[in-house]
Amino acid sequence: MRVTQHPILGDLEDEKKVTFYYNGQPMEGIEGEPIAAALMNAGIRVFRTTAKRHEPRGIFCAIGRCTDCMMVVDGIPNTRTCVTTLKEGMRVEKQEGLERIRTGEEYK
Amino acid sequence: MKELTADVAIVGAGSAGLCAAYQAATAGADVLVIDENKRPGGQLFKQIHKFFGSKEHQAGTRGYVIGEQLLQKVEESGARVMLDSLVYGLLPDKSMGVISNGVNYSVKAKKIIIAAGAKENYMAFPGSTLPGVMGAGAAQTMVNVNRVLPGQKILMVGSGNVGLIVSYQLMQAGAEVVGIVEGAPRIGGYGVHAGKIRRAGVPIYVGHTIKRVFGKEEVEGVEIAALDEKWNMIPGTEKAFEVDTVCLAVGLNPMTELVWMVGCEFDFIPQFGGHVPLHDANMETTVKGVYVAGDVTGVEEASSAMEEGNMAGVAAVEALGYLTREEAQKKKDEIRSRLDTLRSGVFGEGRRKNKEKQIADMETYKEQYKEAADHE
Repeated sequence: MRVTQHPILGDLEDEKKVTFYYNGQPMEGIEGEPIAAALMNAGIRVFRTTAKRHEPRGIFCAIGRCTDCMMVVDGIPNTRTCVTTLKEGMRVEKQEGLERIRTGEEYK
Repeated sequence: MKELTADVAIVGAGSAGLCAAYQAATAGADVLVIDENKRPGGQLFKQIHKFFGSKEHQAGTRGYVIGEQLLQKVEESGARVMLDSLVYGLLPDKSMGVISNGVNYSVKAKKIIIAAGAKENYMAFPGSTLPGVMGAGAAQTMVNVNRVLPGQKILMVGSGNVGLIVSYQLMQAGAEVVGIVEGAPRIGGYGVHAGKIRRAGVPIYVGHTIKRVFGKEEVEGVEIAALDEKWNMIPGTEKAFEVDTVCLAVGLNPMTELVWMVGCEFDFIPQFGGHVPLHDANMETTVKGVYVAGDVTGVEEASSAMEEGNMAGVAAVEALGYLTREEAQKKKDEIRSRLDTLRSGVFGEGRRKNKEKQIADMETYKEQYKEAADHE
């Protein structure tokens, strides 16, 4: 959920909205914010599953250290979504285990 | 591989690194600051509370305002700041491997200042890996920098200043904090922060720990339990809360990877977050020409990180001849006196003793090294 009003920081100013795709579904985010923030705003908390036990993982450190938030972004797996900024048209997918670099037609 | 050179290269554009850059660049040195983040300022911009300390430390000014002022000063100082650039290696000849936008750089500098900061500690319990369990600092970044609430109903683990301040800031942004859990028999942070939490009606469960977090795909609830004097859970004391988020404010540890890599000697000081590099009063490590500043030398807070950065910056450019011994001494005396003020009082005394030990161990190391060299 977006914090639009804040007693110290004031109102959220007009930010540039972009559309990105989460598992193919169009979603709205703010240009330049971390991908993870846009997903969290949309209520998505499971970012990937582990390779061996297929356990869900989500944001833990939010500063690019723990790698729990890795997803497949524009075909590139293991992208740290907490330190990768959101751009118009970005394709963000939940990562299942290790995954491979996606090079299919849709990523040309 | 492209080559870059500088008099002083600084790793980290946070509180410590920016102060070091300001000091070194205003003395006339060619300064290059490298940071892996897209914005400078480190963790200052998520600190929306008023800082403590004395007037010299801008007590009463909010962290992000201090950050903005510092950035302005560094910009005017002429220091170059390279963002979105990762330092992945540091060798004893003071050359660094840096990758920036897919391009590899070799950075060679006469002096290196490592101000890499710290990262949050983890805590293991059943369910601790479920999405919705996160660092308190992570939640703080989300809410204050990215303006997104990490959850609606939150339980905080840890009542140090981070736990108390972040709980309050989550409430300021509209979340409900159901309680703060503290393993120790008393609250860890400042009374003034705890008072704000209590006035807001949030219970602080001292002598309690988290027993488990439950939920299928993400956090749905949490169970806490009281601890006996040996820190074992007391059966029958469990309390359950329906929450969607659990924040861990259980300390930080220094990000010392580059410091190890370059071959520095270390101390082990649990109160500083574990292994911390030996350094002298000038912040120079056991590897000549490599300095450290801020949380990487032992976890304290932003004000002392800034002063250590000032110290390292002054010392590095003094060694390069940009300041005379007298000029540098005057600056260092002032910085030292401000650091002493920060490391005093009920909360600062322990940190002062630890820092004295760290510097004393450095002296011992130097003597031993000298003896060994004499025998060769």
